[in-house]
Amino acid sequence: MNPSLLPLGELTRAFERGEARPSAVLEECLSRIARLDGKVHAFLRLTEGEARAAARAADERRARKAPLSPLDGVPVGLKDLFCQEGIETTAGSRILEGYRPPYDATVVRKLREAGAVLIGKTNMDEFAMGSSTENSAYGPTRNPWDLERTPGGSSGGSAAAVSARMVPGALGTDTGGSIRQPASLVGVVGMKPTYGRVSRYGVVAFASSLDQVGPFAQDVRGAALLLRAIAGHDPSDQTSSKRPVPDYDAGLEKPVRGLTIGVPKEYFGEGIDPAVEKSVRAGVAALEREGVSAKAISLPNSPHAIAAYYLVATAEASSNLARYDGVRYGHRAPKQGSLLELYEKTRASGFGAEVKRRILLGTYALSAGYYDAYYLHAQKVRALIRRDFDQAFASGVDAVVSPTSPWAAFRLGEKADDPLAMYLNDIYTVPVNLAGLPGISIPSGFTQGGLPIGLQLVGRPFEEGTLLRLARAAERALALPQRLPPILERA
Amino acid sequence: MSLGDWEPVIGLEVHAQLLTRSKIFCSCSTAFGAPPNTQVCPVCLGLPGALPALNRGAVEMAIKAGKAFGCAIAPRSVWARKNYFYPDLPKGYQISQYELPICKGGAIPVPQPDGSVRRVALTRIHLEEDAGKNVHGAGGSQVDLNRSGVPLVEIVGEPELRSAEEASEYLKALRLALIYLGINDGNLEEGSFRCDANVSVRRRGTQKLGTRVELKNINSFRFVRQAIEHEIDRQVALLEKGGKVVQETRLFDNEKGETRPMRTKEEANDYRYFPEPDLPPLLVSREWVEKVRIPKLPHERMAELVAAGVPPTDARTLTADPRLVELHARIAEAAGPDSARRAANVVTGEVARLLNEGAVDLEAPRFQPAQIAEVFRLQDAGTLSSTAAKDVIAEALRTGKAPAEIVREKGLAQVSDESTLEAVVDEVIARSAAEVAKYKAGKKNLLGFFVGQAMKDLKGKGNPGVLNALFKKRLD
Repeated sequence: MNPSLLPLGELTRAFERGEARPSAVLEECLSRIARLDGKVHAFLRLTEGEARAAARAADERRARKAPLSPLDGVPVGLKDLFCQEGIETTAGSRILEGYRPPYDATVVRKLREAGAVLIGKTNMDEFAMGSSTENSAYGPTRNPWDLERTPGGSSGGSAAAVSARMVPGALGTDTGGSIRQPASLVGVVGMKPTYGRVSRYGVVAFASSLDQVGPFAQDVRGAALLLRAIAGHDPSDQTSSKRPVPDYDAGLEKPVRGLTIGVPKEYFGEGIDPAVEKSVRAGVAALEREGVSAKAISLPNSPHAIAAYYLVATAEASSNLARYDGVRYGHRAPKQGSLLELYEKTRASGFGAEVKRRILLGTYALSAGYYDAYYLHAQKVRALIRRDFDQAFASGVDAVVSPTSPWAAFRLGEKADDPLAMYLNDIYTVPVNLAGLPGISIPSGFTQGGLPIGLQLVGRPFEEGTLLRLARAAERALALPQRLPPILERA
Repeated sequence: MSLGDWEPVIGLEVHAQLLTRSKIFCSCSTAFGAPPNTQVCPVCLGLPGALPALNRGAVEMAIKAGKAFGCAIAPRSVWARKNYFYPDLPKGYQISQYELPICKGGAIPVPQPDGSVRRVALTRIHLEEDAGKNVHGAGGSQVDLNRSGVPLVEIVGEPELRSAEEASEYLKALRLALIYLGINDGNLEEGSFRCDANVSVRRRGTQKLGTRVELKNINSFRFVRQAIEHEIDRQVALLEKGGKVVQETRLFDNEKGETRPMRTKEEANDYRYFPEPDLPPLLVSREWVEKVRIPKLPHERMAELVAAGVPPTDARTLTADPRLVELHARIAEAAGPDSARRAANVVTGEVARLLNEGAVDLEAPRFQPAQIAEVFRLQDAGTLSSTAAKDVIAEALRTGKAPAEIVREKGLAQVSDESTLEAVVDEVIARSAAEVAKYKAGKKNLLGFFVGQAMKDLKGKGNPGVLNALFKKRLD
């Protein structure tokens, strides 16, 4: 098999055995991007020069059997909100068009140190606000399984790139489901680690108390390798945890017999596509065959998560996005009479509709006289949601299982004009961010129409190891047939 | 204007830059005066993706202030974002503390002219970051972000002050206390110590506070008095005419000496404070608080000096300048127990003069307090006259030479040897027959003339006490 089509977790082994060479894999990826990305639009820009140099250096290390890490020589895509020194970073927004950060995000530095080959910046909903990548100021990304459909979002570019085998691995961010939901919609593995597991330094912020960086790969092992490379304490991000980072790969194949998964009734309710429910229940059965016991649980406050999320996240966003004022960098509206006009016209012309909607919502939620009723109340709901999960874990549940998204990939434009319908994409993922827990989405099957379905596992704080082990067990037990997105088969 | 039966009520808010070497949330230098935008990084520029990392040195200085002023130091305080748009505020919010500040309560000790100490209550002290500076020029406005992220404490006083004079005394005492604590340089002109005043008036005898006006841009002690006095007069005149004070922020115009409106309550920013999600709550352990050492405050040093025999006026002069009080302590230590008064005399006199002239540098290693103690010993031994002592001190401070060496080199040693002096006394008496006759006839105040003549012959080095005695012995 062409090594560039291998899942990341197998590609690293091919490198180790000398069966593949980083530069050759990179060239395959670049030519696949050249062939397909006109249709998919997963990438906003490529960094071929830097990537080729990095791949050559990796070739040399691999030849000497002295790789920097298992990731040495693996091409990786970066969602366009990771600051990369000297490389335009827009966060999918017009307001940052042309902005070149003078520094690397901590995760970018860590990937470089691991020898990863940074291949380019991927498309996203503007400032990570959206669930379809339609909110990108640079045009939508399309789902490789059906070009009329969205890949989900906001990390839709990273998800689609991995799905279409343009790149074996990619990083995204997940504030309310922005890694897991697109992973589900394009049929790849996507993981949101525990809040604090990965540094946010150098990651353009959406909602600081919810944002978390995480990996995409075709296989669980690939996600585990990427997570290990980027996780860990960073003195530049004081919300990052000092807990040591385990070798997730080492424990991946350990048996899961004796572990318990909780099946929350609130996550299989109204609005779910029956095909999705069926597939996820099949996933539960597969885990039971591996010796996992499943039990029914209740997370009674989760139905309030969307309401709480759209207060907390927008409040933080309204403040985080205040810096885009046209004074220092990025877009500035043509010369204005007064300072106020400069601000108003710059922001009016620089931000898209969804971003403006959320800034308005968040500003309102924090306003004098409304703070207690909205922001503070939402924080209380948040604490209750976390308590529900804590109680489930205390009752012996090792992970909570649910669909990642209530439905498979939807059509472009289908929900674009109905923000509330769009927000419901995230009903199963948002509670996990509010609770700060690790969550992973893995492919569990396909709809009759051939669209991927994802299964979500949610674990105890900082127990990514257990979560990855369960995900790997499900992957093994489900043994989904190797299917390539039609766009690749046609090619 | 007479205040009649109106009583002013004043509360001050002071922003003091902390003397950390690096900024509060990044490692950029805090040094003043560098070329614009040279002490900046992604964090203090508010670049996308940058995050704050707390400088614990700034926290320690806030603890110092809290301990010195008797505040309750919170084991857990919370960072908050104060949101507003301004070009000198690169993130569009200032990281500050709001509902849970690091220090609550406490008081500033304000020494009174009668020697007592008045304690003016504090509401709170909290930590925050400074903004940058807008620089307005002919070519338009520019922003310098060197100051962005410099640590500040905001010290909020209770509205216990009743006149511009009291406000000024409070500010002076606070400024000096912060300098003693080593956490602020007290420089009003460079803006490292800034003051806003909340001023209202009410009918004397009533409790309810009047509508308050916030005064900004007061950057000298003189302006503090002027601005507050002007504002009190304005409010009283308004109320006397049956008008109403509007809650607003007014800017002090130091050229016209008056305040003018900046923004009204309706135009006031809604700062939309909320807890800063990029920073965990600030935890201060009891051990940390205990470990922080605080030096004595000015009023404590003053009390000690007076108890050691230093006259209150000298004690006030010494404590008003932390360099002088420190120097005095070192001299008194070198010169022994009973030297406090004498050391004060020298420090407030000769040393202060030399410092003002810029003739000596207390920081220079060649400056030794022991030199002054040595001068005292030479004086006590009769080797130096008090006039010569001043010269020796000046020379010792300038050059770092040992006093004995200076005395030798300059031939300043006083002549006390009676046999040497007797020869001079004889010579003066021999050539002053007329004056001797007058003296003997009863004009006793001519004694000064004789001593003066002798001193002239001795080039000022004769011991005046011994000369006096010798003339008396001869003539009486």
